[in-house]
Amino acid sequence: MISTLVIMALGALVLGAALGYASIKFKVEGDPLVEKIEAILPQTQCGQCGYPGCKPYAAAISAGEADINLCPPGGMDGVRKLADLLGREVKPLEVEEKPKQVAIIDETTCIGCTLCIQACPVDAIVGAAKQMHTIIEPLCTGCELCIKPCPVECIHMQPITENLDNWKWKYPVIEIKRAA
Amino acid sequence: MLQHLFGFKGGVKPQTNKAPSVQQPIGQAPLPARLYVPLHQSIGGSPNPLVEAGEQILKGQLIGGADGWMSAAVHAPTSGTVLAIEKHVAAHPSGLPTLTVVIAPDGRDEWITRTPLDYRSLAPERVREALRDAGVVGLGGAVFPSHAKLTAASSVAVEQLVINGAECEPFMTCDDLLMRERAEEIVRGSAIFRELLAARRVLIGIEDNKPEAVAAMQAAVQRLGEDHEVVAVPTRYPAGGAKQLIRVLTGKEVPASKRSTDLGVQCFNVATAYTAYRALAYGEPVISRIVTLTGNVLQPRNWEVRLGTPLRDLVALGQPKADTNKYLMGGPMMGFEIPDLAAPVIKATNCVIAGSPTLFPPSPPEMPCIRCGACAEVCPHELQPFELYWFARARNFGKTQEYHLFDCIECGCCSYVCPSHIPLVQYFRFAKSEIWSREREKQAAEAAKARFELRNARAEREQAEKAERLARAAAARSSERKPASAAASPPVAVAESGVASAVASEPAIASPPIDADALKKATIVAAMERARAQRAAVQPRNTEQLTFQQQREIAAIEARRANLQAESSPDEVNRPQRAAE
Ligand code: SF4
Ligand code: SF4
Ligand code: SF4
Ligand code: SF4
Repeated sequence: MISTLVIMALGALVLGAALGYASIKFKVEGDPLVEKIEAILPQTQCGQCGYPGCKPYAAAISAGEADINLCPPGGMDGVRKLADLLGREVKPLEVEEKPKQVAIIDETTCIGCTLCIQACPVDAIVGAAKQMHTIIEPLCTGCELCIKPCPVECIHMQPITENLDNWKWKYPVIEIKRAA
Repeated sequence: MLQHLFGFKGGVKPQTNKAPSVQQPIGQAPLPARLYVPLHQSIGGSPNPLVEAGEQILKGQLIGGADGWMSAAVHAPTSGTVLAIEKHVAAHPSGLPTLTVVIAPDGRDEWITRTPLDYRSLAPERVREALRDAGVVGLGGAVFPSHAKLTAASSVAVEQLVINGAECEPFMTCDDLLMRERAEEIVRGSAIFRELLAARRVLIGIEDNKPEAVAAMQAAVQRLGEDHEVVAVPTRYPAGGAKQLIRVLTGKEVPASKRSTDLGVQCFNVATAYTAYRALAYGEPVISRIVTLTGNVLQPRNWEVRLGTPLRDLVALGQPKADTNKYLMGGPMMGFEIPDLAAPVIKATNCVIAGSPTLFPPSPPEMPCIRCGACAEVCPHELQPFELYWFARARNFGKTQEYHLFDCIECGCCSYVCPSHIPLVQYFRFAKSEIWSREREKQAAEAAKARFELRNARAEREQAEKAERLARAAAARSSERKPASAAASPPVAVAESGVASAVASEPAIASPPIDADALKKATIVAAMERARAQRAAVQPRNTEQLTFQQQREIAAIEARRANLQAESSPDEVNRPQRAAE
């Protein structure tokens, strides 16, 4: 009886020590859940979720402070993936989903104030003081953050149209015919 | 010469419908009124246009230069005038526009000076370059730049070179006729490929429903004294798939993750070998191809068509019957419906089929999958189409990849046999392009995140630097103030005492500051001069490796900028020029 207890106690001690050691030795840097959530977010960095970027929103979700349906650029697809990852329920988006778009600077109106450069979170605008500015289209995430700061309102958003590079085969639709 | 044949799993035997279009020899299609030559006709980079609107061009002149190694050049199919370089509808299932060179032929059909290459004495590297600049791509339909396939893997020697003349798609006969009529050139082209790859054997695989082609090729091989083996393979769709033909002829199974050269075998289409030979031995770039025009037409036939010929002009040659309601490009198994007949013939156009409700009855409604397994039985890649279908339909793309979606060659065997008429291939195409687009989006998001983080780091660093600068300046000021306070008081008093006294005292104390000012100005001027000299010496050039699209954008922006500057201050424009002089 006593020997059993001793053996059990010893076993518990050894295993506990092993676990403790492992937790120190194999410590994961950062919060893996936040990283997983962040990988799902679109990295538009637009702040439409109410957080100053995708990472803070990811942290808020993982802390259980934020709902998973606040990111409009991610769309319903993103909500679904988040729900999958976190085992939460899929909810409709808080706001309407918009088509993908990019910002365009009307260069004849641009006065070269550099305010949009400072606003762009992903360095998609080039220009210099008193010089015409332009947006590098493939780098623009369509976050709309550059629209407001422009004092002469020369930036507008343009939806990305379909072209041969981004064209996709459609989901097969089956024609529904009226029965004769 | 007994060739042991291997089998491939699966496959179907649809009605071949090849007979109507082999009754007549290859015809020369007449020159159309306009040619629309798309610049992007092969896998890889989009060629950059080398001509401008209004330019006179000759037949065979380079109009699109290869963009990097993985790309192939594009040439003028006839002599004439370039009308425009603009967006024109592409020969693509989407019917979206693509950058196209529009040519008005002058009817003279005048060649550039063609220089045959002595490819035997050239380094293999040069020969590959020549093939790229002649626009030689895989004409079986995949349009993969051929020169890129002509490099043997460094670790494995090429054992067999497979020349693909199987042509398993129903209706299609362009390779058949090419082999019957131009066998010698194909054999010579294969010999060039063999030399470049240092292949031990050459196997020419032809389906056994083309005895004339087999005979013609055998005769040509004998005439030329080559030791290529012409092998008749059993007729079964898709025996002409590269992987299937390789399997049948060599017994080697090429997995999706590997290139065939890794297994010591490479495969080319017969038409590709033909064009490669014409390109090297005659200096003729790829400006036309053989296209089968068949189906619901009165005159089914094979035509040698110039690339860029609008499909409308081509189908008119066959006199389509009245009940024709659609046109397919490629075969009925793997082709697609042409959305717009204004689209041109391109290097990938091997066959155009006129369809009618009787020829291709509309497919009956899709029914639920009954899990009969027929699709899995015929799949040449031993996939489980019903599982793939299930996951693709549910948009469960991760699972489709687990079930090897990317091994699917979209051959259409599974849809062909499905008793529930499920358009399986459509689901697979949908799933594949959805996965690709997600992959692209993911990469874009990662890049955006990296830029965002860099930007934040930069902002932080700048702020720290600024704070440091301010702190240093403050420290400097406080240390200066103490010794200077005594000397500094009189000027302050003067300044405060009024303008008159300041003017009066100027000659007395202001002479050293003027000198200092002049000195400062001089140094600034000198620095600017140095900077200008530096600018002139090293022109910053990060604009060399630009795509045509980017160059165009820059040119447009420069033009706008010039306009703007001309408007705002006319002399502004001259200044940079003066500096450059
Ligand atoms: S709304 Fe979405 S994309 Fe925008 S910052 Fe928030 S998580 Fe990022
Ligand atoms: S350019 Fe404007 S819309 Fe585009 S990423 Fe930058 S701030 Fe957002
Ligand atoms: S052939 Fe059609 S019905 Fe039969 S298992 Fe395949 S998908 Fe299902
Ligand atoms: S289309 Fe794909 S899944 Fe269907 S039989 Fe062909 S290879 Fe197999």
